[in-house]
Amino acid sequence: MTKLLAFLVAASLVLGGPATALAQGEQTEWQCPAGFEGQTLRMLSFTQYIGEDVIPLFEELCGVTVEYDVTDSSEAVLLLLRERTVPYDIVVPTGDIIGRMINEELLQEIDHANIPNLANVSETFISPPYDPGNRYSIPYLWGILAVAYNEEITGEIDSWYDVFNHDGPVAWQDDMRMMMGTALMLLGYDPSTTKPDEIAEARDFLMENSDNVVAVAGDDGQVLLEQYVVDIAIEWNGDIVQLAAECECDEFQFVVPQEGALTYVDNFVIPADAENPLLAQVFMDFILDPYVGAENTNYINYGTPNQTALDLELINPDLLTNPDIYPPEGTLRTLQFVMDIPDVEELYFEAWNEVVTSLSN
Amino acid sequence: MAQPAGGLWLLWAPILLLVAFSFNDSRRATAEWRGFTTGWYENIFSGVMGSEASFSTEEMLAAVRQSMTVSLLAMGLSAVLGTLVAITLVRHRFPGKSLLDGLLYLPVVIPDIAQGVSLLVFFSFIFNMLESVLGLKWYPGLETVIVGHVAFNISFVAIVVRARLANMNPRLEEAARDLGANEWRTFWRVTYPLLLPGIVAGALLAFTLSLDDFVVTFFAGGGNATTLTIFVYGMVRQTVTPEINAISTLMIGVSMVLILLSFAFQKDR
Repeated sequence: MTKLLAFLVAASLVLGGPATALAQGEQTEWQCPAGFEGQTLRMLSFTQYIGEDVIPLFEELCGVTVEYDVTDSSEAVLLLLRERTVPYDIVVPTGDIIGRMINEELLQEIDHANIPNLANVSETFISPPYDPGNRYSIPYLWGILAVAYNEEITGEIDSWYDVFNHDGPVAWQDDMRMMMGTALMLLGYDPSTTKPDEIAEARDFLMENSDNVVAVAGDDGQVLLEQYVVDIAIEWNGDIVQLAAECECDEFQFVVPQEGALTYVDNFVIPADAENPLLAQVFMDFILDPYVGAENTNYINYGTPNQTALDLELINPDLLTNPDIYPPEGTLRTLQFVMDIPDVEELYFEAWNEVVTSLSN
Repeated sequence: MAQPAGGLWLLWAPILLLVAFSFNDSRRATAEWRGFTTGWYENIFSGVMGSEASFSTEEMLAAVRQSMTVSLLAMGLSAVLGTLVAITLVRHRFPGKSLLDGLLYLPVVIPDIAQGVSLLVFFSFIFNMLESVLGLKWYPGLETVIVGHVAFNISFVAIVVRARLANMNPRLEEAARDLGANEWRTFWRVTYPLLLPGIVAGALLAFTLSLDDFVVTFFAGGGNATTLTIFVYGMVRQTVTPEINAISTLMIGVSMVLILLSFAFQKDR
């Protein structure tokens, strides 16, 4: 299956490949409400983080121009919103940071009447803890932070403790909230806890289990794994699927351990000082169209929260049957969200710093 | 015997690898070799020719265009301003000269991040003032990035030009004036030609610094300027593709041609 996927990815991306259904403009029945012709939508996202034909099609259907700017992290998005540099109409932050944006009144509410396609979103992703009732955000794509490993060396892994007890090099992910959250989850606490003693316990837990850690990887854990520098990497599922899609190998596996894992969601939100919030909501509705959602997930290899797209089987079948991207229902239930709690941010920061410092000693 | 020059391969090996991997038939720039392809270059050229380029190629080319605009304008402006600063400092006496002399080194020594943040605060402050006082709505963008780049490039140009100027025999200028040339004529006929290699060197330095700057661009642009560096950093959710290698290879090629031209140019003098 990996090889077939590799072929498909190679065929569609490297060789330019067959035009997608969207490009032909035949399948989506989405209609742009009238009256937006000539307007501009300013969007801040990440590089190549949208299907190839999605923006050109939106521009064509609505007669508008989309300015697609990019930055490198949710923290950068937060900074730019705080400084109110440019009045973006849409930005794409991770769920955990949205609570802070709402607290600081950086976002404006959306009117669900303008976004009928919100009905397409899977129950798992509707009304997330960071934005109850989806008053400010719609989910875009999602992923899991779990365990990628080289099966030939480690054998099968199905528990976080297999990772901690592994006799060989391991890479962790340099993501304070997700790593601390995972430790809290394993200790049986709320991954977004505000209790200082629980945070301290999670810190100690990570430090006790860090003997085999050789790297705290940024965006390159999958590279360390592929080059046999580490046997196990705590990684995002999307990165591992991108690796597996190409690699003519089947030793690399991704697993959500039986204890569960944390998930993150990237969302579309509208900043408080947006100049064209109405067009932004139209764009949100467009993104939640099942065909458009499928186009995005097929191109980016991260999971879509669009249940209708899944039901209509619009997702690339190799992606859809890949349990790393769309885990079975049972696994799905073990996934938890993590949230930023501004009051205890400093505690998390200090705790994670101590963990990382202890690693380098 | 030690061969220090042999160590230079350490500088060039990564660049050679980058060039080699721009022909790699893989979607990920970090992957191992998977066969030869010119596909990445074809993507770029079809985008340049304006025919059937994909959205992501178009976006990348737009980023290259923005990078070039910023670097060329910042280079031109800072070459002129930096040269004027150098001449002023070497040839004239005025109150506050030693202060200016010291300040000249500031952009060279302060960390990029401090410069970037100060520019962000500065531009937000100015634009907020403009909005509340005059009702004008201005945003950061390419223009503010250019201003930010000129702000640090001036120092580099001035320092290079000043070194050249300090080694120049002032009697040449005095002789020109003795022979009846006014200051304007003296400058263009004597000073400028003698300074030119310094100005060119300073300008090339400024161009390179602009082209690969991320921190100042990020803060001064307020997110609204997607240069190639910002584009590459933005690939957090996607892997870096060999298309980036291909465009980098082309840029290296262009830079090398520029450098050879500037050598040839300096030899003629």
